[in-house]
Amino acid sequence: MTTTREAKVGETIYETPSDLELVTIRAFDAPRELLWEAWTSPEHLPRWLLGPEGWTMPVCESDLRVGGEWHFVWRQEDGSEMGMTGEYKEITPPERLVSTQSWGDDWPETTNTLVFTEEGERTIVTQTIVYPSLEARDAALATGMQKGIDSGFDRLDAYLKTLS
Amino acid sequence: MVQQATADPLSATFAALASPTRRAILMRLAEGPATVKELSAPFSISGPAVSKHLRVLEGAGLIERGREAQWRPARLDAAPLREVSEWADGFRPFWDGSFDRLDEYLRELKGEET
Repeated sequence: MTTTREAKVGETIYETPSDLELVTIRAFDAPRELLWEAWTSPEHLPRWLLGPEGWTMPVCESDLRVGGEWHFVWRQEDGSEMGMTGEYKEITPPERLVSTQSWGDDWPETTNTLVFTEEGERTIVTQTIVYPSLEARDAALATGMQKGIDSGFDRLDAYLKTLS
Repeated sequence: MVQQATADPLSATFAALASPTRRAILMRLAEGPATVKELSAPFSISGPAVSKHLRVLEGAGLIERGREAQWRPARLDAAPLREVSEWADGFRPFWDGSFDRLDEYLRELKGEET
């Protein structure tokens, strides 16, 4: 299924095109080669792949070759840490990067595919995260339920709409 | 339906949430405790079918059953949901925050090139 909305700079589109996928689409005001560098080099990643304010990335190891592993660790201001590991499956600079991703034993391993598409001076980055099962994906979507507990189905509907 | 023994609590939560009927039952219980009879009415499924769903939810720790033998009202226990929620709620803020920072960083990198 293709996206019905146009990718924009400064705004992320979140979609759920199938039962097992979550997709992020966003345009960036930079050439594709630069996006590829920013996304694959341990020199660049800790400068931006930091989530919300207050996080740092003290560990960023990346063996960028097929079968090579990567290991990222984030630290919050309160000192708590969160790690993520994975393995590179497909590397086609500057177009396509496929890797597995795991937050640890408790979480299902996902497969992440990044596609960098040139559009004039811009680059559209499409990130597809594939969950191993409907259960795992549904659990991600069902978080709307936690939010909806106070006010019932209305808030759940609104939340699910923001995801699709 | 036989409930499989699961290796970890989170997998049990995932499995329990994978049914639209069970999610709807949880939403109903979010409004307050209910008996099997009260739960089966809006879902047009039989009492025994509701009971099976409740056993799965109970196994995942998502609900508690009352001790009053015949009625055994079910109550929501949101603790396991909080765990799932913390994981997936991180998704959007993580990427929104990172992408905004990437915009800025790319400007910096382009500046260095010229």
